[in-house]
Formats: sequence, structure tokens, C-alpha cells
Amino acid sequence: MKSDTKSIEDIKAIRKIMEESSRFLSLSGLSGIFAGVTAIAGALFAYFFILDNGTIHYDEYFRDLSAEETFSLRLQLITDAALVLVLSVLFSLWFSIKKAKRDGKKFWTPISRRLLINLLIPLTTGGVFIFALLLQNNIQLIVPCFLIFYGLALVNAGKFTFGEIFYLGILEIITGLVSAFVPGWGMIFWIFGFGILHIIYGLAMYRKYEA
Amino acid sequence: MKDLISNINKVFESRVRLGIMSVLMVNENYDFNSLKETLNLTDGNLASHLKALEEKGMIKVTKQFIGRKPNTRYSATETGIAEFRQHLKALENLIKEQ
Repeated sequence: MKSDTKSIEDIKAIRKIMEESSRFLSLSGLSGIFAGVTAIAGALFAYFFILDNGTIHYDEYFRDLSAEETFSLRLQLITDAALVLVLSVLFSLWFSIKKAKRDGKKFWTPISRRLLINLLIPLTTGGVFIFALLLQNNIQLIVPCFLIFYGLALVNAGKFTFGEIFYLGILEIITGLVSAFVPGWGMIFWIFGFGILHIIYGLAMYRKYEA
Repeated sequence: MKDLISNINKVFESRVRLGIMSVLMVNENYDFNSLKETLNLTDGNLASHLKALEEKGMIKVTKQFIGRKPNTRYSATETGIAEFRQHLKALENLIKEQ
């Protein structure tokens, strides 16, 4: 019957429009892989070059140092982390713009704007909070906070893009919370949360939606 | 069978109107240009269908200015949401009957 094929097509079209108008689907798995590799590279650089092969670590001695004595160390770590962040963001934007173009879609839409705002609220809160921790020499809690606030941002953004982002967010939050209870292992948790999880997620998304 | 067809709403019969309603069902509101891009339509075509849906009370229009640029936002009314749901259900039932 003719009217039935029309109904089926109508419903298909409706589903597609609902999905495309409410979720940003140009996020590329490559961004995840790249962010993961950058995070690991940044962590290794910090370990070997800033922390002197791991001989500098957070302990009683470190805590007793004055803020001036640790200033250059903190500055180097911030620069390292900021560089990782900027590179990851730039490349994930680049991969997404490329993917949008390939699919013949716009990159800058009401949905990508909404996605960005929902990411930025927890991220900015986390950034400012971490800055406060840094000023007060609460180094120990910085890695857990990075992971927790980043996870919250992803959970929040999950409504506006692939649902898988939500689960990545949950894993980041768990990693962050666990790391808060295991002092001294920040580097390992950082590599796991920002490195390994990102790479696994990126590979899975790439194989599922792009390859 | 007759019941099924009577639930198919004439207002939503065009593909364009289906598209507009689909977007507004899952988004609180949407502006004219984004609707145009999402649905891949010309200004005139989109405007006339929006007008028709507005006249039937399915959507409501909010006009405001962002800076000096006019910005028209559309959202589905409660009636619109309810009627579109019913229309969707009717479409699904039609398929199930097969």
C-alpha cells in the first residue's frame, strides 16, 4: 500500500531530524585518541623533565617548602598542563570541523553552542577551583579535581552529543574520586583518566561511527 | 481502520511541517536560520509553512533583537506537542497494521 511506505518514510525522516537537530554528531573519535596521546606525552614530559625523573614528589618535605621555593615548579607544571589542554581542544575542534564538512553539516549550530555551554560551566568552575588549590599549595587534590570536574562536564554534555560521552564522564569521575583516596599516585591516575580512557573511547567511537 | 486514518492530522501532512515539528519537539526553541539550515529549505518555503503552523496554533513565535539583528524564535505549543504525538502514533499504527 502506498500510504504505508509514505508513513514509514515519514517516521524515518522525523527520527533523523529529531536526532540531528538535538545532538551534535560531528564529534570525531580521532579527537579522543589525540587527546589521550597528548595527555600521556604531557605527563611523561612532566615526570622526566619537570619532576626530575620522579625524584621530586609530593611529600612532607615538599609541603614544608615555602610558596616561593615551589613557584617555578608549579609554573612549569601549569604550563605543561595548559599546553596539553590547548592542543587537545584545538585538535578536537579541527577534527570535528573536518567531520562536519565531510558529512555536509554545519559545525556552528544551536546544538554545538548548547554543547559548548554545557561543557564550559563545569570546566570553568573546575579550572577556577583548581587555581585556588594551586595558590593554597593543595597540590595533592589537583589531579582528582581535574578528573572529577572534567567527568562532570562530560556527563553534562552527554545530552547534546553521542550518549557514549556520558559513560566516559562517569568513568572519569570514578577515576578522580579513587585518586583522591590514593595520594602520591596522581601521575598514574592522570595517565589512566586522560590518556588511556580517552584513547579507548576514541578508538571505540571511531570504529563504531566513522570507519 | 477508519479510526487510524482520522488521527492522521492534515496540518502535518507536508514533509516540511513534519520537519519543523520534529525539530521543535526535541528542542525548546529554534531560530529561523537554524531551522532553515537543518531542514535545508529556502526562506520563502520555510516562512509559509511556519505561518500555517502558527495560524493553527501548533507553534508560537517570539521576536526579539540580538544587538540590532532581529531574531525570531519558534517553539511548539502544548497543543502542537499533543497533536504531533497523536499524529506520530497514528503513523506508527498504520505501519503496524500491515
